[in-house]
Amino acid sequence: MSRVSSKLASAVKCSDTFNADACMHCGVCTAVCPMGIEMLPRKLFRYVQVGLEDKVRENISTIYQCLLCGMCAENCPAEVNIADNVRFLRKYINENEFNLS
Amino acid sequence: MPLPTKDILGILADNLNQRKSVLPISNAAATRWSKGLDLPKGGKTVLYTGHLYQLIPIIDAMSGQMSKFENSPITKYFGLGRNVNKFINMTFFMGMMASKDEQKDYDRMLRNIALLLKKANIDFGYLYGEELYSGALVYDEGVDGSFAKHAQRVADMFKKNGVEKIITVDPHTTHTLRTVFPEFVKGFDVEVKSYLEVLAESGMEPDTQITDELSIHDSCVYARHENVVDQPRQLLAKTGAKLNEPRLCGKNTHCCGGPLESLFPSESHRIAGNRTEQLKESGGNVATMCPICLVSLRKAAKGSVKVNDLSDTLARAYGV
Repeated sequence: MSRVSSKLASAVKCSDTFNADACMHCGVCTAVCPMGIEMLPRKLFRYVQVGLEDKVRENISTIYQCLLCGMCAENCPAEVNIADNVRFLRKYINENEFNLS
Repeated sequence: MPLPTKDILGILADNLNQRKSVLPISNAAATRWSKGLDLPKGGKTVLYTGHLYQLIPIIDAMSGQMSKFENSPITKYFGLGRNVNKFINMTFFMGMMASKDEQKDYDRMLRNIALLLKKANIDFGYLYGEELYSGALVYDEGVDGSFAKHAQRVADMFKKNGVEKIITVDPHTTHTLRTVFPEFVKGFDVEVKSYLEVLAESGMEPDTQITDELSIHDSCVYARHENVVDQPRQLLAKTGAKLNEPRLCGKNTHCCGGPLESLFPSESHRIAGNRTEQLKESGGNVATMCPICLVSLRKAAKGSVKVNDLSDTLARAYGV
């Protein structure tokens, strides 16, 4: 069973970086991703929005595999700044999992 | 086992914190390209390399090693490696493994850029040993505390030297200084332009017409973050070179795979291979405008197509 992490939820809430509210789950991002990453960004961002930290931890490798090339954001009809969101997740993992800041 | 993300990021951040660069190199290696050019020291406008071109031969030597480590039992010892690196600069040894020919190659690209700017009558200096790496990789990996400290250090260095305008040579340094620094450094107001923008604005004309056929590879960072798309095309159009646009180009360019080299080398090579095929389809030699794209695509092409830095073509046509 997944548990909601208040720490992740409040980090997202307080952040002026992470914002996926406008995502309509259309899937253009996944379709144009040169890496063919299925998890990023749609599903993962939804997990983040509801504070499912376990799901984020399960996908650490995927989060660092993003090229930050920006192809997804360039084609996102909702103009979600996807690369900034991925960078937010890296920062969160670096600080909370890797003890790096 | 894949390469250990935590330990590798730790090494890069430790290096930035302790030695002011993710891969610290000697002053001699950083400034060797400028020998004999008599560039004035400092000034209000400076050409800023951010060390990226100079680092490529070292990154190339290193990535060869890292690819061998990927999925090997050695990955278990990276944590130990991080501790050793705190006391001994391991990049120094990697630097010794770098190819001398490759170093000359990348130094020449920087010389091309400086000579093109001179030819365009741009007045600029160079900070020599005071120059610092921009911190781009650590920012991308989200180690924001280390990046913020470094960004302040770089900004202080500009202030100390009275720098008002910076001419950059690669997309990553351009983006970091122009777009990221103002978010991290209060009051950072140094004007930043890529050499491609400066040359295009100068209206300089080529000395000779060339007959090259080029497949142009846009850098993701230049095209999507910094709006540098038309400038290289304007400069090339005047030379007579035939420009071929690959299927994915301009704002919709396809990544070279380079950003994954340090953590996921085999994935990085897969992406580079895909992009190389697209560039080959459009025909002609590949022209890049980023040293990371250059090294990634050259490795993937394995000689099946020539991949050159744009500065080489421009230098030939504009007579420097």
